[in-house]
Amino acid sequence: MQNNRLASLLKEAVLTFVISLILFGPISGLVLDGFGFRNELGRSVTLAAIITAGRVLVSLAGMSEIGKRLRSRLTSSNSGVTVNTGQERSPLLPLAVLFLAGLALPFFADKYFLGIAILALIYCLLGLGLNIVVGLAGLLDLGFVAFYAVGAYLLALGYQYLGLGFWSALVIAPFLAGLFGMVLAFPVLKMHGDYLAIVTLGFGEIIRLVLNNWLEFTGGPNGAPVPAPTLFGLEFTRTAKQGGVPIHEFLGISYSGDYKFWFIYVVLFLVVCAVIYAVHRLRVMPLGRMWEALREDEIACRSLGVNHVFTKLSAFMLGASTGGIAGVFFAVHQGFVNPTSFTFFESALILAIVVLGGLGSTVGVVLAAIVLTILPELLRDFAEYRVLVFGILMVVMMIWKPRGLVRLTRPAFFPSSHSEAGIALRLEPQTEAGR
Amino acid sequence: MDAFILAQQLVNGVTLGTIYGLIAVGYTMVYGVIRMINFAHGDVYMVSAYIAAITLAVLHFFGFQSVPFALISILIITCVITGIYGWAIERVAYRPLRGSTKLAPLISAIGISLMLQSYVQISQGARDQGVPILIQGAFRFGEGQHFVQITYMQTVILIAALVAMGILTYVINYTRIGRECRATRQNRQISAILGVNTDRIISSVFVIGAATAAVGGTLVTFNYGSFNFFIGFVMGIKAFTAAVLGGIGSLPGAVLGGILLGLTEALFAGYVSTDYKDVFAFSLLIILLFFRPYGLLGRAEVQKV
Repeated sequence: MQNNRLASLLKEAVLTFVISLILFGPISGLVLDGFGFRNELGRSVTLAAIITAGRVLVSLAGMSEIGKRLRSRLTSSNSGVTVNTGQERSPLLPLAVLFLAGLALPFFADKYFLGIAILALIYCLLGLGLNIVVGLAGLLDLGFVAFYAVGAYLLALGYQYLGLGFWSALVIAPFLAGLFGMVLAFPVLKMHGDYLAIVTLGFGEIIRLVLNNWLEFTGGPNGAPVPAPTLFGLEFTRTAKQGGVPIHEFLGISYSGDYKFWFIYVVLFLVVCAVIYAVHRLRVMPLGRMWEALREDEIACRSLGVNHVFTKLSAFMLGASTGGIAGVFFAVHQGFVNPTSFTFFESALILAIVVLGGLGSTVGVVLAAIVLTILPELLRDFAEYRVLVFGILMVVMMIWKPRGLVRLTRPAFFPSSHSEAGIALRLEPQTEAGR
Repeated sequence: MDAFILAQQLVNGVTLGTIYGLIAVGYTMVYGVIRMINFAHGDVYMVSAYIAAITLAVLHFFGFQSVPFALISILIITCVITGIYGWAIERVAYRPLRGSTKLAPLISAIGISLMLQSYVQISQGARDQGVPILIQGAFRFGEGQHFVQITYMQTVILIAALVAMGILTYVINYTRIGRECRATRQNRQISAILGVNTDRIISSVFVIGAATAAVGGTLVTFNYGSFNFFIGFVMGIKAFTAAVLGGIGSLPGAVLGGILLGLTEALFAGYVSTDYKDVFAFSLLIILLFFRPYGLLGRAEVQKV
């Protein structure tokens, strides 16, 4: 018996090694160099050996008792959804502390760190927006970056042609991006998962290609400049450029380039908090519950009278609006926009944030956005492996925990009158089994 | 514009369209059997372009200079290795996800697509790569300024595509594995009950799809002579458009859709604008899915509960 197992293990190992050698051999082993090639076969042998070792380890773990227990613990737990009992207090104190700490961050952080924090918040915003579409409504949108681009270019081109400033762009962006969301949503309403994904992908590319090719209007690949933000007519530049007063002259302090970033950070932080609150409220409103119901089973929903057109449209538009706001912040932070910031990779990155955060979980999305922006900064040496790691993580997450790392918590819904059923339900915390 | 330019655009369009058709076959077959769009398919095509160029370099290194021999052996080697890529992708990223949530295989496929792109970029470098021109010269019709030319390479593309399609049609219609494929397509559960090893069929569909894409990848590489790690993205969307155009799930539809897309795109590029030819293809996809989501040769699917 034991021998038999070992023999099959050996066979498996040899097979894995041979196949991974064939896979890795040509691409990583023989590097094209002009019309010839460079021999790097050692690399592919190492890779194949690593894969084989991993395969053997997994098989061995499957055979031993400890491995089996570990495996069952890793795979079985956490797949469901915790339903609140309706008696939890919202954790006001920690939230208030977090809020104040977030607001106070500029006083402790240097310019470099503040830049990363702004980027992390922008990705939070993007993640929250995409989370409405993918996580809550279950519509896989691969062209989310289009709305991000709409917001960013609104500020840049609006300033150039219409004299729009930061604040007016911030107000118009959600509506304009929402409008684009609607334009995209109409053709895709009838479609299901796969078609939807590829059409949104095409839409994102169309927007990028138009931005890239319409030289006279958008500046093409050269991009467009973006004005600095203002606050009640006070400007953050050294000398007034938009007809106002520079803020350091107004306050009688010396000039520092950091003020602009402090300002952007604080406004962005407040916007992110507002969006988190809005998403939190939406989830308990009928609309949010319809989104989640539609995600789980569209046919059942429609037969129960849920208006799927309105539901999908609203998810798309709200998600797009959030993306548009993020775009305005991105543009004002960079001071310059061009089409290379809005490639498919950016969409994939936002999707990775939503997926790793756990589809539908707000806390997860915020955490994932922060981790995925800070991690590449810490691991500068491994920057070129970033995309590779994202790709592997996406596959592993889907196999291991398709519902995300953070266990979903669902608000409870009870009849408003204190009927007996309501009280009985309220007494026991329930667990809904996940699929 | 005169008739010669139009004819030239048509020739180029048909050549390009055949390639789209070859790659679209992979989408269509996979969709037919497991109702899933293999997002990584475009990147499998990209990998095959690299494998073809590397094989050529290796053949030259060992002193094989004969062009027909090189072309045929490159086609075979590339098909085999790319087929193994297809098999491995299915085994690692899709098989564990059967019966998971609806979004899971899609996201996993995007993960694989990012992985392949970045793997090729890291190991081969981000710059454009090139291959020497193997076959030069062309058939010319007409004289002076007015002529239509069909390059020898274009002829090779058409012949190779025809042969590949012929082999594929034979396999699907007259062999055991083809019969099992068609059965699995109609109803996976019943086929499994009747003794078809559906897991093996799904694997072989991925292998066949990847190998057909490899034929396309090899031909494109030797036709245009230049490629990079990112070519799979646009080609993937276009081939998918071709598959949808012809009706996803239908093999002749994929080829027809490919040729139609190639023709319309060549005409658009010739008469309207080259900058926006990708925009045209993507818009065509969106409009098409809106009005005729089941394509030209496909049938509307009834959703059952």
